[in-house]
Formats: sequence, structure tokens, C-alpha cells
Amino acid sequence: MAQVSITVNGRRRTAEVEPRLLLVHFLREHLDLTGTHVGCDTSQCGACTVLVDGRSAKSCTIFAVQADGSEVTTIEGLAKGDDLHPLQDGFWEEHGLQCGYCTPGMIMSSVNLLEDNPSPTEAQIREGLDGNFCRCTGYQHIVNAVQNAAARRSS
Amino acid sequence: MIPSAFDYERATSVDDAVARLAAAGGAGKLIAGGHSLVPLMKLRLNEPGTLIDIARIPELAGVREVDGAIEIGAGTVHHAVATSDLLRARCPVVAETAATIGDPQVRNRGTLGGSIAHADPAADYPATLLALDAEVRIQGPRGARTVAARDFFQDLFTVDLAGDELITAVRFAPVRTAAYAKLYQRASRFAIVGVAAALDVAGGTVRSARLGLTGALSHAVRLTAVEEALAGRPADADSVAAEAARAGDGLSDLNADIHAGADYRRAMVGVFAQRALRAALARG
Repeated sequence: MAQVSITVNGRRRTAEVEPRLLLVHFLREHLDLTGTHVGCDTSQCGACTVLVDGRSAKSCTIFAVQADGSEVTTIEGLAKGDDLHPLQDGFWEEHGLQCGYCTPGMIMSSVNLLEDNPSPTEAQIREGLDGNFCRCTGYQHIVNAVQNAAARRSS
Repeated sequence: MIPSAFDYERATSVDDAVARLAAAGGAGKLIAGGHSLVPLMKLRLNEPGTLIDIARIPELAGVREVDGAIEIGAGTVHHAVATSDLLRARCPVVAETAATIGDPQVRNRGTLGGSIAHADPAADYPATLLALDAEVRIQGPRGARTVAARDFFQDLFTVDLAGDELITAVRFAPVRTAAYAKLYQRASRFAIVGVAAALDVAGGTVRSARLGLTGALSHAVRLTAVEEALAGRPADADSVAAEAARAGDGLSDLNADIHAGADYRRAMVGVFAQRALRAALARG
């Protein structure tokens, strides 16, 4: 067993874990933060995307022990009370989801995307979401949602 | 998918990592970004007894100039390479190569050293390191050593690196007139075929050319026949491209899979060699 101390959504969380515990299982099963989803479990679909020290990362491909000492942000950490994050508002307004399974990962990748590039073109949004799969929407509403959020952030 | 159990340690310096590897005997394995290793561990194709984490060793990260050459620390993530101002200005082919790897999340975690140590036959960096005639710097219990990229990549997932050694950096003389062209596998973003070309052009003539090929064979190789044909030729895009059109002709044992058969890959080697050369010349 190994002790990990990870600051998740601003709150320091300490636990004894097996080194082979994946970060996504630490979040979901130890902290009950089930907004982060397991999709493919093979580093491809991006449903498990969270921010690790501010950068988007696939939490199914990181052991919790690797994140010891890091700051992790999940979908639960975006809203401030009842005020949704601009990307959550954007996905709401533009109907950027159908089943919702990919949505937390899409939004966390989009947070990283807009941090790097606050006014992305449609092509840059599609490239920035290259690591996230959606099997419902055909992506167009997701692109619209990110554009909506970019406009909210700049206004 | 749950990997086999292992012990986890974090190394604080290169010397500490080498000592920990030695102490673990043959059961130790280094992890940095883990984006090649963790998927293999989840499939239980790799079951190390001890994982030694080198991701937070400060001396392993960063892009810097050393004696007129550029050195990239082995622990530098692909995103940092892709966005390096130094590389974009002095040797854009390396930033360009890193930007084609995987997807943003992979580029935020995966490292240069991890990629070349793993040596997937479809990885991108090997082609570019071959074209730049880069050297791979290695530290181990017997001290430091340097291997030329052309000697480092030996076979399928096989490189000149012992189990008790650590890649610390790659170093190369920057080349502006160099480019990487890649046929993407659409889902994984690995290279079905990738060609990096680096040219030394003077007075309207190609003095020398180096081309690295990935994706087509068991491991990345130099396209020496094309290099020889290009030396001394006029440095105009059409004549250079004509020399590269049949770059795949002399290759044997090409990879074949559901994405591309051997004949298709052979044809694409010529196509992407031409694209890389045209793009390299356009940077002259």
C-alpha cells in the first residue's frame, strides 16, 4: 500500500491505496466523484479526462500514486455553487450532449483548450477535442458549445 | 482493466533513478508519462515488480541550447516540445513532429524518452531523430554513454538500452530546412507511414539530405538510397520530389495490418517522402 495526498477540486484528500489503483478509480470509488466516467479504459475515448496540475489528462492511464502531490480538477470542481462554468452553460445552451456519457471528459478537455487558446476556430476546437469521442452528437453541437463558452468568457 | 500488483517508488534525481533500478534487479521499470507503459500493464503484457517514477526529476525536463546544439530532456512531455519557442525558431521539424503525436491529453503526459525507449514501430519521434542524426544520451550503473539514433533503433520495440539504464536526453544540431510528413491512422493518430527529411542546401544545391522513415518497417530507418540520390541535385522542389517518388521501392518486409497493406505502405513511403522534402525546402 502507498499513501497518496492529492488535492481534488481544491480539497486535500489523503488515502492508503494500492499502487496499481488508477486515478479514475480513486476519484470514483474512494472519493465518490462519479462525474468522471470510464469509457474505453484503453486511453482512447477521453471520457475519463480530468485536469492534473491544470493540464487535461486521461485518468484511466495514470496511477493515483503518480498524482500524489498534484492538484486534480474534475467536472464536479467547475461550478461555483449554483453558477455553472462557462463551458457547462455552453453545453446547456447549445445542446452539446445527448446521452451525456462523454460530456464530463469533453468539458474538461475544452477547459484545457480554452486556457491554451481563448478564441479557437472551429478547426482548432475539433483538433483540441481529438482525444475525446462522442457517439451521439456527430460533434457539431459540441463545437457550437465550445464556441458559445469562448464567447461567454471573452464578454 | 487492472494491472498486476507492483511496488511504487519515486526517484528524485537521475543518479537516484539509476540506483533504484539497480536495487530492483530485473524487476524494476521506469515510468514517466506512462502512456505506452500503463496500457501494456493494464493488458498484463508488462508486469514490472517495481515502478520507479522519474516524471518529477527536474534535470530530465526541458528544451535547451548546449554548445550550439539543442538538447531535449527525456522527461519533456510532447506538449512542451510542440510549443517550444526555441524549437519552433531553430528546428521546427521537432515541434511539428511532437504536435502530431496522439491527442492533447496524450501530449500532456507522454514524454520523448518514453516514446523512444518503447520504440513502437509507428511512433513519430524516431523518424525525426534519424533525420537530424540525433544522439541519444544514456545514464547507467557503468556511467554515461551516447548512441547515435541510427544505432539506437534496432528492431521491433528493441533499442540499444539496457534494463538498468535511463535515457537522459537527445541532442542534435538544429536544422531549419527539415519537415515531417505523416499518414495518420485516423483513430489512434499513429503513423501508418511517417517521413522526416532534413536538408543541407547551399547555393541552390542539395549538399546532403537525411531522411528518417517510421511506420513502414519493424523499426525506424534512414532512407539512405534516397539520401544518396539527392546529394548534389538542384534544390528545387520538383527535382527533389522526383528523386523521392520511389523511396519505397527498395524496402523489404513492410508492415501490413488492417489499416494498410504492404504495397500501399510502399507507395505511401514515396508520397510522404516527397511531401516531407517539399515542406523542408519551403523552410529554406
